[in-house]
Amino acid sequence: MFALTEKNRSIAQLLLNTGTCPRCVFRFCCVGLEASYRHPYKDLLRELHEFLEYNKEKEDRFCCEIADPPCKRIRLENMGEGAEDLNQNGALQQTPVADDVNVAMANSTLKVCNVCLGILQEFCETDFVKKVCQKVNSAEYQFTSFVFSVSLPPQLSVREHAAWLLVKEEMGKQGLSLAKEDIVQLKETYKWIIHPLFSEELGVPADGKSLFEVSVVFAHPETDEDCHFLARVCPDCFKPAKNKQSVFTRMAIIKALDKIKEEDFREHFPCPPSSPKNICAALEIQCTNGAIFVAGRYNKYSRNLPQTPWIIDGERKLESSVEELISEHLMTAFKADSFNFSSSGREDVDVRTLGSGRPFAIELVNPHRIHFTAMEMKELQQKINNSSDKIKVRDLQLVTREAIGHMKEGEEEKTKTYSALIWTDKAIQKEDIALLDDMKELKIDQKTPLRVLHRRPLAVRSRVIHTMKSEYIDDHHFRLHLKTQAGTYIKEFVHGDFGRTKPNIGFLLKRTADILELDVESVDVDWPPTLND
Amino acid sequence: MAAAVTPGVTERYFTRWYKPDVKGNLCEDHCILQHSNRICVITLAEAHPLLQNGKTIKSINYQISANCSRLQNKVSGKSKRGAQFLTELAPLCRISCSDGEEYTIYSCIRGRLMEVNENILDNPAILQEKPSTEGYIAVVLPKFEESKTITQGLLTPKEYEEVLLKRFNSTS
Repeated sequence: MFALTEKNRSIAQLLLNTGTCPRCVFRFCCVGLEASYRHPYKDLLRELHEFLEYNKEKEDRFCCEIADPPCKRIRLENMGEGAEDLNQNGALQQTPVADDVNVAMANSTLKVCNVCLGILQEFCETDFVKKVCQKVNSAEYQFTSFVFSVSLPPQLSVREHAAWLLVKEEMGKQGLSLAKEDIVQLKETYKWIIHPLFSEELGVPADGKSLFEVSVVFAHPETDEDCHFLARVCPDCFKPAKNKQSVFTRMAIIKALDKIKEEDFREHFPCPPSSPKNICAALEIQCTNGAIFVAGRYNKYSRNLPQTPWIIDGERKLESSVEELISEHLMTAFKADSFNFSSSGREDVDVRTLGSGRPFAIELVNPHRIHFTAMEMKELQQKINNSSDKIKVRDLQLVTREAIGHMKEGEEEKTKTYSALIWTDKAIQKEDIALLDDMKELKIDQKTPLRVLHRRPLAVRSRVIHTMKSEYIDDHHFRLHLKTQAGTYIKEFVHGDFGRTKPNIGFLLKRTADILELDVESVDVDWPPTLND
Repeated sequence: MAAAVTPGVTERYFTRWYKPDVKGNLCEDHCILQHSNRICVITLAEAHPLLQNGKTIKSINYQISANCSRLQNKVSGKSKRGAQFLTELAPLCRISCSDGEEYTIYSCIRGRLMEVNENILDNPAILQEKPSTEGYIAVVLPKFEESKTITQGLLTPKEYEEVLLKRFNSTS
């Protein structure tokens, strides 16, 4: 069944005459049935012409029958005889009309729609769909559904507005009105048409929530200047912003169109909009897969390995880092574009992390491969562990973005245990350091350590040393095991940082103390879940 | 000296710079400890009169003029907004001794004042006991672009030793 009815006739005729494509005609006639737009373009065009001509003919015939009944007979006779004396009189209509339809159709097929600039024409054809899908398939992504996103040239809104004014005027003549919101959105229509085509070509369903996005950016340089007059008429809508390349953003244009008076618009922009020479260009066709998150725990066995790349003045201080040793293997396996490393706290370059390790998570941005079995994850973990003896990874697993919150929320409340090798200037006896063992829940005040003061705010932070256990080594050395609140600066608690951490080990032992080695023994965060080996 | 055997915190992370006879006052030497992150700690050098035997500190005053007190210095945020700006010759505090002498301690480097050491107000003795650590005077953050150049006019430990040697030879 054809989508338009008699009441749409004059609008359809008007738009078609002014260079609008059948699908845009449907939109302005508020056709809400998705299937109506999916018919092949040529069929739609033919049906539209037939509809208009049939109605015209009906009307003509009606007029003729009333005014001049013999006409019908004459015409029918002529029809039977052929087209020799076509121009003989005004009643010989049928044949020329049929020709007109063909001519008009030929024109309209070539003609770029003055409203959608070809979006609902060539860009709905299988050639275009195939071209996009070829690009998608060549990128070798793993995906089970897709979401299609499209960026249209902003001037389309201006043309849409002009067409709306035109239609509104025509409907006004019939005592009808048309709200702008009632026009079926171009983008919506485009997706109705293109989704089933992509779905068939890619073999997976379209899904608005899919993490795999195929995006196409359209541009139409020929009509880029369409929107420029708006900046002169409504300058306050087009304020330059630092991060924008052009002031003519979609939002600014919509705002301006909302404000501009109809007379002003018509004065500057033709209604109907002029017919362009060329269709839009698909500037970019891009695929992005939603990020994948991998979590685990790491041990660090080196005192010359920073957690993240250590670069000062653009120069690398040390050749590697924990995040790189782990991430390079994940990047290869997931074929991702980039990664973001995060962890439950961090340790200094000269601090080892022992025990069950420190929880970490890595976001893999735009991964091409996303399906990994538990077995494959285990193999990946093994690969990382075989590649370096400076680090070791365990509990490597795929996690959700939300789950990473567990790692970060534990950061402040959770406890950490450390082992520190401490030197004192004055000789010590076992009894001298035993007093530390009796201190429970020792409250300390730490000013931001001088070593990080250049990049952190100056503040006094209150921290708790839950327990301490000393282990005598010799006159000037002992080992101290500490369980502390997360966020405690252990080195500063030992040497005092110019008296800026109070109390400190030196103060408690009434001598100068210094820290020679520090190891993290445990980070007490129970995420990610432990995996059985 | 124990610190010489095992390099202590100061030696591990800081570079020492000296400025002798600050403001033309003989022997009033200052020592600036610069961290590798450009933070500077202003301290008294070993030869400063205040650190010589027999000196007793009576009071330390961070109020350096009628309307400027270093104790009023407040910095906020990562960018340390609100810091007092110091030039090389900006006074940090005045220290008076029981013998009636008063010494002014200067910044010696351009930068923004992060904090002054309030611990020495209650316990001036630590200034003399541990001048290089707990007895520091102030912490100054030089501008990022000046962090390399601000120490250009200062002496290295070796150069300072020569100054001390010359001074010793000329007095004896």
